[in-house]
Amino acid sequence: MATTTVPTQENVSRVLRSIWAVIKKIPPVYPVFFVLFAAVVYLSPTYSTMNGIMAFMRRTSPLAILAIGEMIVLATGGFDLSIGSIVTMVVLGSSLLLNNDPANALPAIGIMLGIGIAIGLVNGLVVSYLKVPSFIATLGMMLLARGGALYWVGGAPKGYFTDNWRMFGRGYIENVPVFERFPIGLIILIVIGLLSWYIFHRTNYGKQVLAIGDNVRAARLSGVRVRLVRVLAFVLSAVFAVIGGVMIGGYGGVNVTIGEGLEMQAIAACVVGGVLLGGGRGSVLNVIFGAYTLEIIFSLLNLLGLPKPYKDAVQGLIIIGAVAYVALSSRKKR
Amino acid sequence: MTTVTATRRTFGQLLRSIQIPPVYFFLLAIFLVGGILDLVFSDGQIFSNPAIRLNILVRSVALGIVAVGQTLVIIGASIDLSVAYVVSITAVMSSFVMQGDPNNIPMAILVVVGIGIVIGLVNGLIITKLHVNAFITTLGTSLILKGIINATFSNYSGSVPRSFEYFGYGRLGPIPVSVIILLLVVVGGWFLLSRTKFGAHLYGVGGNAEVARLSGLRTDRVLIGAHILCSLTAVLTGLFIVSRLRSGAPWVGPDGFYDLESIATTVVGGTLLSGGKGGVWGTLAGVMIFSVLDTTFNQLGVNPYLTIVLRGAIIVLAVASYTFRSKQEAA
Repeated sequence: MATTTVPTQENVSRVLRSIWAVIKKIPPVYPVFFVLFAAVVYLSPTYSTMNGIMAFMRRTSPLAILAIGEMIVLATGGFDLSIGSIVTMVVLGSSLLLNNDPANALPAIGIMLGIGIAIGLVNGLVVSYLKVPSFIATLGMMLLARGGALYWVGGAPKGYFTDNWRMFGRGYIENVPVFERFPIGLIILIVIGLLSWYIFHRTNYGKQVLAIGDNVRAARLSGVRVRLVRVLAFVLSAVFAVIGGVMIGGYGGVNVTIGEGLEMQAIAACVVGGVLLGGGRGSVLNVIFGAYTLEIIFSLLNLLGLPKPYKDAVQGLIIIGAVAYVALSSRKKR
Repeated sequence: MTTVTATRRTFGQLLRSIQIPPVYFFLLAIFLVGGILDLVFSDGQIFSNPAIRLNILVRSVALGIVAVGQTLVIIGASIDLSVAYVVSITAVMSSFVMQGDPNNIPMAILVVVGIGIVIGLVNGLIITKLHVNAFITTLGTSLILKGIINATFSNYSGSVPRSFEYFGYGRLGPIPVSVIILLLVVVGGWFLLSRTKFGAHLYGVGGNAEVARLSGLRTDRVLIGAHILCSLTAVLTGLFIVSRLRSGAPWVGPDGFYDLESIATTVVGGTLLSGGKGGVWGTLAGVMIFSVLDTTFNQLGVNPYLTIVLRGAIIVLAVASYTFRSKQEAA
């Protein structure tokens, strides 16, 4: 009887195994992020201060929001290549609409959201009803949105962002306990994150998105309204891109090439966050940390004094490595 | 009664045996619209000008060569986003090695062909052996190449000797050498796809990789081969561009949008993005559509941003015209 309370070797190994089972379930993006973060803190004390962390959060929020939108489309099994152009359009268009008057900010955002919804609708309808592969449909939209925006502003940026607009990208709420100063961008990310977490993980819609990405036929036969779900995914992605664009404009200012390549960065963030291209898998929190991981890599390379070209090369290695890791480990399980 | 159905059947068979890709209808339409705009707005001076007609062809060469390679890869149900930087690396490396000296031409070509083979091999190996999605693999390798090339070169470096400019500017009789090379590449691609075992295997792999594997095909080798060929076409495009520019710079590839445009022209040409179906003749027409559009609109003085918008619309509409009757769901 008494022997059962004594921790035998078998018991210890069982406990260890169950701990290992829990650890194995943690998505690899978290340990990777925290190791990289530790390296950054070691190299630069700024990142160990609350101020430094909050500055990092402020910088990263727009990409995280873009990545969440991209994730919803990727989870249905599609692509959205138009979000970078949407960001360019939002930045160029709203700087024109603002006309250097802070009072125009809200109407401008409203108009941009309207255009964003229209773009998402067109993307979704073309994919669902004309059956154009989303890669091609959103590639076409990428050209349409960029060309349209440049035509609209006449090829060169017009105007600048007013202070109330810059707040979305650069602003802080001062004198917050514990955090000292809390970036507005992070508040927007938290709101968007919670909202999309609820939509994606707690509603039928989220389950339907994953079901389509997993197996369209099975989803259709079990009563999922595939077209509606898909159109909504593209609308959400476009709307998140508009929100991201408002923040990116507020952070970076007016620039014709500001959105270029962001769609690829968002896809990379998703992939690092464990999203499968081809659909059927996705998690809002993992994708946010995917975006953080990408940005912390950039910070790390910066601190190591590597010039920008190397950042591209390392980013390339990381995304191939991340996907190879997931692909190889999931094959072992089979 | 029977004769009627019989003739109808033979007529149908005849039509089917010709198999003109539907994209040629769009090409014709673009020509007609361009011609009408030309007649109305500039008294037909655009298409009657032989220099401009030639320009349309030469514009097609750079994109056309690499698009043939992209077509091979897409038929194999893969994709290659790294071609733009392969074009850049080729342009920069070849002019850097040549340094204006004709004696260095063989060496330069050897170097860039070697680089092309290695890049294609690496892409193919990562996709087939590490089971990484082709989109991610080639996005990754294109970032790696971008990093390497921008870290090594920052501007035009070296130059090509006069004799090498023959590729870009030379003529055989009335026909530019570059156009002949484009046609040779297209015919080569057609021959490979429809007259060789490799081509048949590639269609098999693209149609259903699992079935192809179970019926005894070495699917990995076929895909790796397609990726190597695709990189080599990008190398050839790079050589063409450097022979026209006389010197290579790191941005010539990405500035030409050869990655996404070669994919777009392939799919506009009627090749299925999901693989297993398509061909290079359609791709050639897809490429021509864009060069006719660009040249006419450029000559008419249309706002270049509107041309970009039109490009986007044409890509979507052309592909939609093939897919909208399909019963299969697109993703």
